[in-house]
Amino acid sequence: MLNISGINEGFVLDHIQAGMSLRIYYDLKLDEMDCQVAIIKNARSSKMGKKDIIKVECPIEALDLDILGFIDHDITVNVIKGEKIVEKKVLTLPKQVTNVIKCKNPRCITSVEQELDQIFVLTDEEKEVYRCKYCEEKYRNPNRRK
Amino acid sequence: MRHLMSPLDFSVEELDRLLDLANDIEKHPDKYSHVCAGKKLATCFYEPSTRTRLSFEAAMLNLGGSVLGFSDAGSSSAAKGESVSDTIRVISCYADICAIRHPKEGAALVASQKSLIPVINAGDGGHQHPTQTLTDLLTIRSLKGRLSDLTIGLCGDLKFGRTVHSLINALIRYENVRFVLISPEELRIPSYIRDDVLRAHQIEFKEVERLEDAMTGLDVLYMTRVQRERFFNEEEYIRLKDFYILTKAKMELAKPDMLVLHPLPRVNEISVEVDEDPRAAYFKQAQYGVYVRMALILTLLGIHAE
Repeated sequence: MLNISGINEGFVLDHIQAGMSLRIYYDLKLDEMDCQVAIIKNARSSKMGKKDIIKVECPIEALDLDILGFIDHDITVNVIKGEKIVEKKVLTLPKQVTNVIKCKNPRCITSVEQELDQIFVLTDEEKEVYRCKYCEEKYRNPNRRK
Repeated sequence: MRHLMSPLDFSVEELDRLLDLANDIEKHPDKYSHVCAGKKLATCFYEPSTRTRLSFEAAMLNLGGSVLGFSDAGSSSAAKGESVSDTIRVISCYADICAIRHPKEGAALVASQKSLIPVINAGDGGHQHPTQTLTDLLTIRSLKGRLSDLTIGLCGDLKFGRTVHSLINALIRYENVRFVLISPEELRIPSYIRDDVLRAHQIEFKEVERLEDAMTGLDVLYMTRVQRERFFNEEEYIRLKDFYILTKAKMELAKPDMLVLHPLPRVNEISVEVDEDPRAAYFKQAQYGVYVRMALILTLLGIHAE
């Protein structure tokens, strides 16, 4: 069994789909943060077979959990304080995500007005469908587990 | 401040008021002939669309207002690389209301976010063309007396035809509306309309390939153009092209009070011999387009005739 020391304050992101941890690392902009991060790949899981885990030592307000909800709302987020789990956060699909994904429709105004924010709006919660705010191009989350 | 981006921006009640106003304008044009005196409409057309632009300009002139604008991107600051956001901020200083047409989808929405004046989407690529839908609704309601209890035939290019998609989305808000979708296999209505709109709202519809098979039960026949380049092979085009040409002979199969609509321009999908048929309403439709744009300008500017 691999051992990684506990963290004093931060997050443990558990039940990440195996292989997804690096994308989450970049989407959460952990590469830009000056903090300790442990990425555990292909950990054994009774529920999932194998899973990834990310441990982050950082102030608890430092992470944008909306982005995490958008990437995969089935990830377990354990909030750590004083080396103990003080909260398990439930992730929900954010109503809107800004500058996380880009509209791929070449006919969309965002393809020519470069300074525009890339905004996607949740239009079907059940099917987890997001649409570009401007051209309504559909984006279906490729990480959807159902 | 209110803008118009999509035909569904108005609730059914708001739409009823708008169409009532358009009908009042039709009956009493003199009452409205000076209500926009001193007001200016900017027509910002980044791609040519003579019909739509002239319809907007005629609407504003009929209301006693003035118009200014450009009719293609080459003669505007867009040619110098100015963004839509910047252009609309400048236009806001020159006019009281703006109609914008742009080849990129969502351009009108971008304009509305920065605008200080009401913005009307006059077509944003293949996305929305709400004043065409308002025109279609006004024409049907004026000539049939209702928007409910109707069987609507939609014929031609149902795959790429945005006017057809918008019209379906607008009409399903009324009671007991049924659709007959008449198209070649290649140009069938896309699944996001068939499944996500029609089936999701339990709207009765059927799909047929031949216009003759649909004619008898229709209250309205909405024709669109079938373009040769939309077919995957020439034989299919040759096999099917005549099915989608409306002729006098086919009109004989239809109800005596069926309406024929077309967003225009027509190429050859409606034979000119049909023009004399009293059921041919496509030129009246162009006139209703002016009335509905007049009503829209008044509504967005918050102007009421005494």
